Amino acid sequence: MSRRTGKRTFALTGVYAVAAGTVVGDMEGKGPFGPYYDRVLKDDLFGEKTWEKAESKMFQFAVDKAIEKAGLKTGDVDCLIGGDLLNQIISSSFAARELHIPYLGIYGACSTFSEATLLGGLLIDSRSMDCAVCATSTHFSTAERQYRMPLELGTGRTPTAQRTTTAAGACVLRSRGPGVRVTGCTLGEIVDWHIKDANNMGAAMAPAAADTIAAHLLETERAPGYYDCILTGDLGHHGSEVAIKLLRQRGFDISKNHADCGIEIYPADADVQSGGSGCGCSAVVFGAFYLKELMNGRINRLLLVSTGALLSPTSTLQGETIPGIAHAVAFESGEEG
Amino acid sequence: MDPTLRPENYDAYIQKNMPKSNLIWDLARAFFVGGLICTLGQGLNALGMEVFKLSEDQAGMLSIVVLIFLGALLTGLGVYDVLGKFAGAGSIVPITGFANSIVAPAMEFKREGYVLGVGAKMFAIAGPVLVYGTILSVAAGIAALLF
Amino acid sequence: MDYVYAFLVGGAICAVGQVLISKTNLTPARILVMYVSAGVILTVLGLYQPLADFGGAGATVPLSGFGFSLAKGAMEAAQQEGIAGAITGGLSKTAAGITAAVLFGYLAAVLFNPKSKK
Repeated sequence: MSRRTGKRTFALTGVYAVAAGTVVGDMEGKGPFGPYYDRVLKDDLFGEKTWEKAESKMFQFAVDKAIEKAGLKTGDVDCLIGGDLLNQIISSSFAARELHIPYLGIYGACSTFSEATLLGGLLIDSRSMDCAVCATSTHFSTAERQYRMPLELGTGRTPTAQRTTTAAGACVLRSRGPGVRVTGCTLGEIVDWHIKDANNMGAAMAPAAADTIAAHLLETERAPGYYDCILTGDLGHHGSEVAIKLLRQRGFDISKNHADCGIEIYPADADVQSGGSGCGCSAVVFGAFYLKELMNGRINRLLLVSTGALLSPTSTLQGETIPGIAHAVAFESGEEG
Repeated sequence: MDPTLRPENYDAYIQKNMPKSNLIWDLARAFFVGGLICTLGQGLNALGMEVFKLSEDQAGMLSIVVLIFLGALLTGLGVYDVLGKFAGAGSIVPITGFANSIVAPAMEFKREGYVLGVGAKMFAIAGPVLVYGTILSVAAGIAALLF
Repeated sequence: MDYVYAFLVGGAICAVGQVLISKTNLTPARILVMYVSAGVILTVLGLYQPLADFGGAGATVPLSGFGFSLAKGAMEAAQQEGIAGAITGGLSKTAAGITAAVLFGYLAAVLFNPKSKK
């Protein structure tokens, strides 16, 4: 049974992350985690006619792979919680159509992965379910044509822009191990500090990341150093700088153990301005690499904080600012303390 | 001394501190590429008048059509966006950029069909140019009658 | 020398656009509208013709040159045919360019596919 330790924070017991499935595109495959992904696509159409169909296929692949690696069958899974960036979250829904698992589609923009994991954790902790799969996907080309410009348009990118990753990741949560314990979560609140520039998502999301991390540390009465790693989703280089600064203002120094999936996913010399973004980004970086580090005991405690920018193509045209949100999920290796 | 960040001063702080690209270099590249494209146009004008014996007006039309063709071709080959990354306004402002803004969405939305995909989205970016250009041209014509 | 002037005038007109891109967050679509509008207005004011005389293609190739054609077409047709000319003149004069854009745009869409960026 979970214990509520604060307004937005819950301690979870008996929830284990047991396996993850990941698939990425070519550029992501060239990054530092290349060898860890279950599959790297050379052709980002994945044999399909459209990028939307490809993204859906990636989502399905990641879920199937995660379930397989967990030693289970789809019939053993009580619920699929998933989302993506496309209108009406079609990547997830059309993948779920093929999977035949009860499906809860959610939208948290790029925070979807930690939102899905948090929800799965709460459902299992409350003993409503035994097994949930939490999955997200993104694809560079589907995101570009929906949110930004047609691919062949000859306009440049700004230095604070980020590249939407082509990535799909799924994580299996169960009521028993072996696996990494999911020990707690903090729900995010929407934080909007009036950024209007859709080319600077990092700055738009940083206040939300700082808010959720601060709330988590206050409500669990932990110092940042409790965690070996505080892993944000896709603040990118510039968003990370700002988030660290905002947290310092509140008395928390995360500069020594902070990492960001958007910064780490691409090779250091890639032409990606501020880094990668997208809900698939944190799903695959966590699923392929950090989960493994936790399982091997090389990291003992990790706080995953995926961050999202909750705008739409219409809202920016109407002059709206960009609201951000961040959800936090805590993982610990080893036995219950 | 860094200010304490609050919602009220956050946007101004971000505008001031976020990295911007080097303006001098950007201007130089835009100037250079834009100038080159125009020089090409000048050459086409001369070709039209001297070789094909066209009038000045006709030669101008020829060079515009050729430049539009080139912009469309380079966009189709996937080269124009590479040029755009380098040249910025130098590839957007010339008429080749206008062609690119039509071809890029037309290609992109082919997967949604030829009527509602290619046909409708072709003018997603260039449409406003035609709307405002047409309206202002009527105003110009009326101005010529009145003054 | 014509070529040098075309290069200089064209480059300068594009550089102005670069200032807009770098210093404001105007989107390309809005910048193109500003250019065509400026071309029309400056032509009505009699300021664009001298620039075109001096710079040749340097003035006619940028999108402001498109506005220049629109304005000239409307103004000339208005003087010959009155209000009917004012309405039809602009698009008539630029018909070649617009038709080429639609035609080549469609062909390119048929023949080519967009590629994901590296």
